[in-house]
Parts: sequence; structure tokens; C-alpha cells
Amino acid sequence: MKVGVLAVQGAVSEHIKMLEKCGVEGVPVKKDQALSQLDALIIPGGESTTIGRLIKKSGLDRQIIKMAEEGKPVYGTCAGMIILAGEIEGEEPHLGLMNLRVFRNAFGRQKESFEAELEVPFLGTDTFPAVFIRAPYVTWTGPEVEVLCRFQDSIVAARQGNLLVTSFHPELTEDDRFHRLLIAMARENSQETRSPREKNTVGPAVL
Amino acid sequence: MVERGTDRLKKGLAEMQKGGVIMDVTTPEQAKIAQEAGAVAVMALERVPADIRAVGGVARMADPEIIEKIMEVVTIPVMAKARIGHFVEAQILEALGVDYIDESEVLTPADELFHIDKHRFTVPFVCGARDLGEALRRISEGAAMVRTKGEPGTGNVVEAVRHMRMIMSQIQRVGNMREDELAAEAKNLGAPLELLKEVRKTGSLPVVNFAAGGIATPADAALMMQLGADGVFVGSGIFKSLNPESMARAIVEATLNYDDPHILAQVSKGLGEAMPGIEVSTLQEGERMQLRGW
Repeated sequence: MKVGVLAVQGAVSEHIKMLEKCGVEGVPVKKDQALSQLDALIIPGGESTTIGRLIKKSGLDRQIIKMAEEGKPVYGTCAGMIILAGEIEGEEPHLGLMNLRVFRNAFGRQKESFEAELEVPFLGTDTFPAVFIRAPYVTWTGPEVEVLCRFQDSIVAARQGNLLVTSFHPELTEDDRFHRLLIAMARENSQETRSPREKNTVGPAVL
Repeated sequence: MVERGTDRLKKGLAEMQKGGVIMDVTTPEQAKIAQEAGAVAVMALERVPADIRAVGGVARMADPEIIEKIMEVVTIPVMAKARIGHFVEAQILEALGVDYIDESEVLTPADELFHIDKHRFTVPFVCGARDLGEALRRISEGAAMVRTKGEPGTGNVVEAVRHMRMIMSQIQRVGNMREDELAAEAKNLGAPLELLKEVRKTGSLPVVNFAAGGIATPADAALMMQLGADGVFVGSGIFKSLNPESMARAIVEATLNYDDPHILAQVSKGLGEAMPGIEVSTLQEGERMQLRGW
């Protein structure tokens, strides 16, 4: 099992450490030729304008879209959520893969950045330590998007098939449940590719 | 329960900037150019370091009106500089809502003995350092990010290289030390023992470490990245060059592709003249900004 972490700009090493902790190999991805070898991809936090511009320039954007269309799981944290979104308030979208709209810097500037314990029923009864840094949230979702978690009234984690997004940064904490979810999704996908069988969505039971 | 201003949030913002370029800007138009070129943050200033050098006199925090105008036009984080030890300038910058404060030797120091107690602020701070001891002193005061001091406003990368090599070799040396040698090393470096223990255990600084001070070309940026910087600050190097837009884009791409000489060759082509440089040895001691702070 190899999980790529888009290494264009941002918090790459934190995700790689987390993947290693989960017992899988984390591979920094800068160039497109590495993508076909991967079972899943993480788009990390960073500056979405910078990451978006650089992946477009290098052609990595099309490779990521292809990877997602093949059914491989892609997980975006913070800026990664913005990169995956179908719509961004006041801006053109980047990859446009998910049927949801995001609002950048939705909670305000850095002095409004915060940590909070969130209920994420999908992951079990324990709360999740969520770190929000100049974070976006989701203002609208299409029917195929499953909302995983809210902070107050705002959607801060969601999933659409093989695509997963959080406004917050699990990689800055010790809680690896979102990373394990991604790995479980990747396992299920690779089993399906090898022996097609009835589709069943990965749930907490496999975590 | 919601917590703000924690160490994790302060360091976390710097972690999100890794692999990126932070650019000095003096007007909203420049800020937009920087953002468009792919900067991960801008530093809002009244004058870039090269002009601060040229003008002389006392350099202070920028006019809040300039900072606010820049904050209005970009969506990336906005940093601003306070004088070393000038905690009231820092309070004002925090009240304005800037995302990061640079307690900077580029401005004239306000206190020759004490740096700002950065733990008292919700906003994170970045500080300059020439060696590991200085970096750890700033971190112990609450800095959530460090950068080399280099020699600002010179377009000459030699001092930034010196400082980065110094910090990296000292980290390596500490990593090879026995635990019982650390107390003596803490005394030598003038660094807090607890932080030094952490450096020994992890083999790195406890916060992100950027390069700054004299970076003027894509090759300079890539050099600093190959020496181990987590990202780069470019002060005068962009808006004092002949063609700031191309220079800004080229430095962003060079910072990403720092280990690929073919791409570096491509992005370095036809940029026009870089900023005029100053040989550091021609500077009088009083003109060397890196000697400010301790």
C-alpha cells in the first residue's frame, strides 16, 4: 500500500509521518509519473492559490483528476478541500471534482484560527481533536455528498464516493482515524479492481 | 470548547507555508502581483529593506493604513514587521488582524536587551537567527517560526548561506552528542536545555525554518532550499528587479523545483536584471542589520 502526498507546497511531512504511523508508505508526489503507482492521494494544507497554480502549470491537475476518476481515494485537508471543490465562493475552481461549494478563510484570519473537539459519528463515539487554521468550510453540497461532521452549523468534513475532505488538519494531531479511513477506502478500491464484487461503502467497522 | 492562539495553531500556520515563497510588498498592487505569482504570504511594508538601507534614519512599523489596504486585496496570509522589543507595535499589528508578525532586525531595534515576549500574543511570530542558539532563544520566547537573518536589502545571499549552514551543522552536532554533554552545549550556545534536548531527539528545530536576507534570484532560492530551508522570504529581490512579475513567478517555481537543475535553467531564462547588489564587506558595522538583536 502506497499513499501519495501532493508535495507542491504545504504540510507534506506531517501527513507522511501520520501514514507511517498507520503502517503504510507515504510518498511525496511532485511529478506526475509517480501517480499511477499509488493507491491513494492526500492533498495537504497549504495555500490553495499556490498549489492550484503550480499543479495546473505542471499538468499534475489532469493526472489527479484521472486518478480520482479511476476510483482511487483522494483526501484533501484544508487547502486540499478547496482544490477538490466544484465551486469556490468568488473564485474559479481548481480540480472541480466534488459537488460542493467552499468558502475560503471562512472563520476569519489567523487570530480566529481555533482548536475544538468535534463529534464525528461516522468515526465512532470519541470526539475528534480538530485544528482549524484559516480554514474553509462547505456552504452547499450536492445530493451525492455525505456530510461527516459540522462545527456549529458549518460543514467541515464530507465525502463523495472515493473523495474525502476536512476543513481541519488531522495530520497536526495524534488522531489517525481519518488517515485510517482513507487507507481502508484504498484497500477496498484495490480489492474491487482485482475482483469486481458488490460495491459496499467503507464504514467504521473496518477502521 | 474552542481554543485560540495555541502553540499548535501558531506553528501550524507556518507549517502550511512550507515549500513556499513569502514576498515583501509595499502596495496593494504589488500584493496582488505576489499572490498571482503564487506567493504563500506577503509581508506588508512601507519600504523594502533596500530602500530602508538607502533612506537611513529610524525604521519603524509600517503605517496601519498601508497594511490594512494590503489585507483587503489578498486572500493569502499577510505578515507585518515590528521592531525588535517593541511590544506595542506588535499589539497594534495584532489588533489590525495581521496573520503573522515578524520581529525584525530590518527595522531599528526598540530594545537592546529584551525581545518581545511572544507567548503573550494570539498572533504567531517569526524571528531571525544566525545560529542555533539564537533560534532557540527566540523559540523559547514564543516564536512559532524562524528564518535566517542573512543581510537584508543587499541582494547578496552569502550571509543567509552562512546562517543556514551554521544552524544545520549545529543541529547535526547536537544530534550526535551524548545526553550528558547537552548541558554544557546549552551553555555554549546560550540556548535553553529543554529545547536543545528536543533538537537532539528529533534532529530538527521544533518550528519551521525559512531562509531570508539577500535572496535575489531563482538560483538563490533553490540554493537555500538545497541547504535545508523549509521555504524562502524574498524582500527587495522581487520588486527591486527589472521585471517583478516574471521574477516572482520564477522564484516560486524554483522553490518548488529546487532539486531539478533543468527546470531551474528554464525558469531562470530572460528574467532581466535582478536587484542591484551590495558586497557585504563594504558595509560598516552599523549598517549590518544582522547584528541587531542577540
